[in-house]
Amino acid sequence: MLERARLAVWGRLRAPAIVAAMADKRMTEDEVVAELKDGMTIGIGGWGSRRKPMSLVRAILRSGLKDLTVVAYGGPDIGLLCAAGKLRRAVYGFVSLDSIPLEPHFRQARQSGAIEFTELDEGAFYLGLLAAAHRVPFYPTRAGLGSDMLAMNPELRTVRSPYDDGEELVAIPAFKLDAALVHMNRADAAGNGQFLGPDLYFDDLFAMAADKTYLSAEKIVATESLLDEGPVHTLRISRLFTDGVVEAPRGAHFTECPPDYGRDEAFQREYAATARDPEAWGSFRSAYLDAPSHGEYLKALEARP
Amino acid sequence: MSTPAEAAIDEICVVACAEAFRGDGEILCNPIGTVPIVGGRLARATFEPDLAYTDTVSVLPANDFPVGDPDAPKVVESWVPYRTVFDIVWSGRRHVMMGASQIDQWGNQNIAAIGDFRQPKAQLLGLRGAPGNLLNHTTSYWVPNHSTRSFVAAVDVVSGPGYDRMRELGAPGNRYHEVRRVVSNLGVFDFQTGDNRMRIVSVHPGVTVEQVVEATGFDLAGTDEAARTRLPTDEELHLIREVLDPAGARKAEFR
Repeated sequence: MLERARLAVWGRLRAPAIVAAMADKRMTEDEVVAELKDGMTIGIGGWGSRRKPMSLVRAILRSGLKDLTVVAYGGPDIGLLCAAGKLRRAVYGFVSLDSIPLEPHFRQARQSGAIEFTELDEGAFYLGLLAAAHRVPFYPTRAGLGSDMLAMNPELRTVRSPYDDGEELVAIPAFKLDAALVHMNRADAAGNGQFLGPDLYFDDLFAMAADKTYLSAEKIVATESLLDEGPVHTLRISRLFTDGVVEAPRGAHFTECPPDYGRDEAFQREYAATARDPEAWGSFRSAYLDAPSHGEYLKALEARP
Repeated sequence: MSTPAEAAIDEICVVACAEAFRGDGEILCNPIGTVPIVGGRLARATFEPDLAYTDTVSVLPANDFPVGDPDAPKVVESWVPYRTVFDIVWSGRRHVMMGASQIDQWGNQNIAAIGDFRQPKAQLLGLRGAPGNLLNHTTSYWVPNHSTRSFVAAVDVVSGPGYDRMRELGAPGNRYHEVRRVVSNLGVFDFQTGDNRMRIVSVHPGVTVEQVVEATGFDLAGTDEAARTRLPTDEELHLIREVLDPAGARKAEFR
């Protein structure tokens, strides 16, 4: 606590000159989506139904974008993009709603053959992000040897250790991302992001792996206030790797975003049920997904029975 | 206090899952599913006190606490976000107990899909962490619905590879592979035969070897020498019922 207090004071004293020098990257969800193009490969941070940049995902849903490849530890982001017909390919370690283990819209897309897919071991997926972040062509791992991961992904290659052991390993190729979308608890206008929950997941790697990274946050705060709510270790997304910042309170809804809010389980159940019933999907879509802005979406949430 | 004679099948299975972790010492005990979770916590609360334990989000709790209660107080001994979990997987200091929608005689596990993976009849969980787990550290399985649909001659997709696949891979790639134990609602199984085929270690009280054979889609080894799964002790029953799962969440897996 002593350390944190000292840093915060130090920050306040020094802050004005630093803040003035930094670019202001604030923009809206629709401005972010206007920078994306058909056919792009887009990484989405978070994990399952946890801290997903849902206001940005909904902005994609209401745009004309198509033929996207999405790369994610998947949750309702992949499910919604499947349901709305936005995807050519999904690249994932898994796709789950956590409290509902199987993502129903994603299941339908897989079972109907509507999307191409790259399904990887969860840890191997981490290495694909890491390789892209470090600008190397691959990272080696044992994951995949002997399982059907190689049969499912015939483009994967193995590599032999150049050292005396000569071990053969799977070479997980770098996930080169055209853009990445992540949601943080706090950020400043320059694009420094802060997570206040128990897990960063792999959001820093998504940011580093992408040509352009767009960060939404529950709240945009002054740079000198970044240490007010969490210690220095929570500042894990640097502005070096961000290109746009969107203020989106409840921007991860209905996924969880602790400590700001938990998962909206009732809403998630309603969403999941729409996979069984086209009529329910239609009314869900018009009530929530067609809301023309995040602000209108929040109003629609408030009007829920 | 309860007596062993009153132990229910779910409690016998919890103890059988706990037994899978016996001798593991100071590694990360990582059970998935309610019965394995209660079993892992029971192992640490009794005969494997050095286990580090996780089934939850981001932290290693050092105390005994009830399953299914997000507000249960936790004594946190370490921070283990998902990235660190993968690092521990690759370090080898972990024993995971996963589920299996299908498992075969060599211990090949499927949690990915039913049918052809290119366009499956049923998309299941996906590969998840199984491919990496099996190549890096000890793995056990929990199958609550033992039948010819789950214990099959050949799995549709290999998520976690078994001993035939590892023989094919050979050394040095296969050196960290071990499928320690399979626990089902009917019995306990391992792969301690000369050729690493699934063998009956024990049948649960009230279950016959014939029932197990009939519910299994391949030939099991060890049918002549199967023991009876041990009953929980008084202390174990107390811990299961009063401390680790007072709400009885474990019973929901037997349906």
